Amino acid sequence: MLRSISIDSLMPYFGVVLLVFAGSAFFPQILSADYLTQQLQIAAFLGLLATGATIVILLGHIDLSVPWVLTGSAILSTSLVGTGNPTLTFLAVPAALAFGALIGVINGIGVAILRIPSMVWTLAVNSMLLGLAVLNTGGFNPKGESSPLMNAMASGDLLGLPISFLIWIAISVGLAAFLTRTPFGRYLRSIGFNEKATFLSGVSTPSVVFAAFAIAGMCSALGGVMLAGYANQAYQSMGDPFLLPTIAAVVIGGTSILGGRGGLFGTIGGALFITLLTSILSVMQIDDAWRNIIFGVIILVMLLFQTLRKGAVA
Amino acid sequence: MLDYMRSNRREVIAGVVLVALLSAYLGTHPRGASTYVMTIWANQCLILGLAACAQFFAVVVRGIDLSVGAVMALTNCVASYVLEGSAVGMAFGMVAVVAAGALCGLLNGLIIVYGRIQPIVVTLATASIFVGIALLLRPTPGGAVNYDLADAMTLDVLGIPTALVITAVAIFGFWLPFRRTGLGLGLYALGSSEQAAFQSGINTRFIRLAAFTLAGVFGGLAGLFYSFVTTTGDAGISAGFTLNSIAAVVLGGVLLRGGVGSLIGALAGAFILKTIASLMFFSGIPSLAQPLFEGLILAAAIAIGGADVLRARNKLEVYA
Repeated sequence: MLRSISIDSLMPYFGVVLLVFAGSAFFPQILSADYLTQQLQIAAFLGLLATGATIVILLGHIDLSVPWVLTGSAILSTSLVGTGNPTLTFLAVPAALAFGALIGVINGIGVAILRIPSMVWTLAVNSMLLGLAVLNTGGFNPKGESSPLMNAMASGDLLGLPISFLIWIAISVGLAAFLTRTPFGRYLRSIGFNEKATFLSGVSTPSVVFAAFAIAGMCSALGGVMLAGYANQAYQSMGDPFLLPTIAAVVIGGTSILGGRGGLFGTIGGALFITLLTSILSVMQIDDAWRNIIFGVIILVMLLFQTLRKGAVA
Repeated sequence: MLDYMRSNRREVIAGVVLVALLSAYLGTHPRGASTYVMTIWANQCLILGLAACAQFFAVVVRGIDLSVGAVMALTNCVASYVLEGSAVGMAFGMVAVVAAGALCGLLNGLIIVYGRIQPIVVTLATASIFVGIALLLRPTPGGAVNYDLADAMTLDVLGIPTALVITAVAIFGFWLPFRRTGLGLGLYALGSSEQAAFQSGINTRFIRLAAFTLAGVFGGLAGLFYSFVTTTGDAGISAGFTLNSIAAVVLGGVLLRGGVGSLIGALAGAFILKTIASLMFFSGIPSLAQPLFEGLILAAAIAIGGADVLRARNKLEVYA
């Protein structure tokens, strides 16, 4: 984890501190513990998605199937709980994770075996999942409810910290260790830099791609389960608003969209920054139009800052 | 002829698929191949077609433009203000709409070239800004477009849908001459190998700037034509078009790694995508199952068209 700390990945943390202080000048309640822990809780949803996206982006690919993997796993888990059968209720979370992993493998087949650009293949997978969801639910909001376990994962507290935040950080730390201390992590980055060279040095590149997409799918699925627990239900296209902020969180965290460079430490900061920015903009009751504009400008400024700093060194 | 087909294999395949789909569509449509049916079909196709052209210019220089839909939303909102009144005013209005698109594209290009940030990230951020400006212009859908002008653009000329005439003008009047110019060739050079293009003395900054500006121009044209079809301004249209435009260029044989493909292919891809959707509507498949079939066909088309692995002669080639 420590090895992936760079100035780029510290940037969003500076941003978070800046936002909190600038925001508290106008709204003192921003400095309250209640508000800040609530932000940590909400940031976990975006953060889990961004964790999966970081793995795929480090590989030099992109996963656009996040929205409907999220929605699909939310629908699956809530309808399993909705049956009222205790065994099925118990299986809701594992089933959703298995669903995410399965979609990840399907993504991997297209990208690693058929060699289709991930940007279009995952997009096609996304629209197939949308089709499946519409077919299953008839286009209405699916019936079902979340289980107490899912509610606790999304809204519970442990030692004063939200459980969702703890889950997110635990998964991030685990995956970061996996990335820095195992061959898999090294292969992942080296494929991101140069897939041909990695293949020629004897690495089974397809299996790395499969594993990466499967992990990303499971992260999206877990995000979906927790979001369903948070809202106490699943609803159509609940994942759509998450796709672009997820990519933004990863990139702000200093991970190169071309692959190979970056890490999960920055992504945590990126997700915190974007959640806080969105929240403060809505606390300030700015209308939708300006919120979009400010959001875009701030992301651009952060990115420009990163490249200008590099320009100064080079 | 055979040589032409061999060197433009991708466009030819896309064309054949399009003709097959279109005949299936006209065959199953209860009203057959009437001007009315063709006009509605062509209008829907051309909106996505112009969006795909915008995406093509970004993709051919090895970029991607995630702001295509947002530029369309913005120009659509601009159009809902300026396309009413005197003939001269409306003529200036149409120019203003396209200019607004060009300005968006130029902004993307400037940040990409001088800020040295990847196009996918820049356009992700600017898309948010463009949608914001569109929302400032039209917080709720509204406004109007002159009906005579809208009719002139979306009905037919002597039985031929105007949208198809516009498509023909875009291909024969713009693209075929354009690809022979220095700028046209420069796009392909830059997309194939930036280093080689730079070393042969091409001004790569200018080419990339021009490519993204052209993407903005076509995004503006798409927004303008969308306004003619819907005759209102709506800031919320961006979501579907961006992703569909990427799918369309890939279906039309444009490679996402740059330097391969043509505007004709991008148009064909968009027409294929829209024809599939129209075909679904009359196919008798239960309406709830249609999105799934649409997704399956899209995935199958991309898997067949995009899978370079089938053409690779040895295992290393697939990693190129």
